[in-house]
Amino acid sequence: MNVPSRSTEDPLLVRAALIVVAAGFLGLFLFVPLVAIFAEAFAKGVKVYFAALTEDNARSATLLTVSVAAISVPLNAVFGVAAAWAISKFHFRGKSLLLALIDLPFAVSPVVSGLVYVLLFGAQGLFGPWLKAHGIPIIFALPGMVLATIFVTFPFVARELIPLMQAQGSDQEYAALSLGATGWQTFRRVTLPNIKWALFYGVILCNARAMGEFGAVSVVSGHIRGETNTLPLHVEALYYEYNSAAAFACASVLSLLGLVTLGIKTFIEWRSGHRRSKH
Amino acid sequence: MSLGFTLTYLGLIVLIPLAMVFVKTSGLGFAGAWAAVSTPRVLAAVRLTFGLSLVAGVINCVCGFLVAWVLVRYRFPGRRFLDASVDLPFAMPTAVAGITLTTLYAPKGWIGQYFEQAGIQVAYTPLGILLALTFIGLPFVVRTLQPVLEELDAAQEEAAASLGATRWQTFRRIVFPPLVPALITGSTLAFARAVGEYGSVVFIAGNMPGKTEIVPLLIITKLEQNDYAGATALAALMLVISFALLLLINTLQRRMARRHRK
Repeated sequence: MNVPSRSTEDPLLVRAALIVVAAGFLGLFLFVPLVAIFAEAFAKGVKVYFAALTEDNARSATLLTVSVAAISVPLNAVFGVAAAWAISKFHFRGKSLLLALIDLPFAVSPVVSGLVYVLLFGAQGLFGPWLKAHGIPIIFALPGMVLATIFVTFPFVARELIPLMQAQGSDQEYAALSLGATGWQTFRRVTLPNIKWALFYGVILCNARAMGEFGAVSVVSGHIRGETNTLPLHVEALYYEYNSAAAFACASVLSLLGLVTLGIKTFIEWRSGHRRSKH
Repeated sequence: MSLGFTLTYLGLIVLIPLAMVFVKTSGLGFAGAWAAVSTPRVLAAVRLTFGLSLVAGVINCVCGFLVAWVLVRYRFPGRRFLDASVDLPFAMPTAVAGITLTTLYAPKGWIGQYFEQAGIQVAYTPLGILLALTFIGLPFVVRTLQPVLEELDAAQEEAAASLGATRWQTFRRIVFPPLVPALITGSTLAFARAVGEYGSVVFIAGNMPGKTEIVPLLIITKLEQNDYAGATALAALMLVISFALLLLINTLQRRMARRHRK
């Protein structure tokens, strides 16, 4: 950290002006929207707020959102650990290509992420006719929404673990193995305790994104009220019905999830004293 | 085994589905694909999406630099709080950001009413789209710039100052140049995100074909009209552009890392 000495310090007036401009900008641009969500949500009173959250369609949307996350987050967590393990403990060709491919979903528009599964499993898709003949619903049903969510949140856990496991190296694992531990014992007793915080953080980020995903899920959901609407899609439906208080009530729940995630992130960064990756 | 699993999962979830876009597009033939993406409506959407994403990238470049500078260089009460709030656009689900910005900047909204008095409409115009794209892109620039700013060599600055350079000269000649790669990387990340963004834009956009319709929305519209060929060709175009951007970002980041090691 720089401790500004006199000669490299900006003049007081410049400093004050820049701080005021930056704080004003962030306040107006980022903080006011946050306040607005809760103001709009409670605009018609606490009763309306809780009624909007406990109403049948909101409940089933919440349940669906939780189910989608409950399936996709563990899968991506297992993948993240496996990918980080493979990349950090073994030497092989094409490692940097693999790293780039893992990041790929970040570069793809959410809408395209949903579209690819429609092309595979939709009515006119590659497997569409076969799926229809066998009565297996994927698109406009839970499996499609899970797939789209997995795609969008694919890199989160892996990205947190890879740099950490690369930095830690494999000395401890070698020691454990040479002392007679099995591979699984080594992983559980040596590797897992070393990575547990990064894993936890990756899972939290992955979960927040999974529950809040809108574009990709919107493409593969049938938008059926009470059946295939996740919480973000329910927010959209309410908003377009001009039911602003209810829309913002549900939005406030999603924002709380985001705020808690942000709080945990800030706490972990503060604990470990360094900044973590973006996205 | 873990490598085998990694590759299988990656292939099944990411690579094969993405490859489908190109398989389908190549099925149209070059002429067919070109015909699908060269209609006036598509061209207008492409121009709007990329044009506004570029402007948003430039705005974020300036505002992000200012914010990162203030957060790293100055100590003041509430700094930690401001620092954490930079991540709000990442933390808020896109649909939530979308309806919130629309409500705030609508003609009768908290902020929109003042623009209305000045005769400027924000929501449902390209200006509204620009606002949403700037909103979601800001953290990219700040978060890319912050670590580089933190690790700048103070000795060079002190040397410049002790050799009689003014503060502005020191900033322009010593401080700013090493920040340029990070600034470009951050803005490119923001641009790439803006191009594909859907949830936070679609509510405020107005979605008038040819005027305020963005490419991701047009893809969805084509899908809903069962125009699979059109949607796929447009998706292929988007994918090619985002891959090119990804390549550019990776190259920039590698160059930054190399410079850092020196």
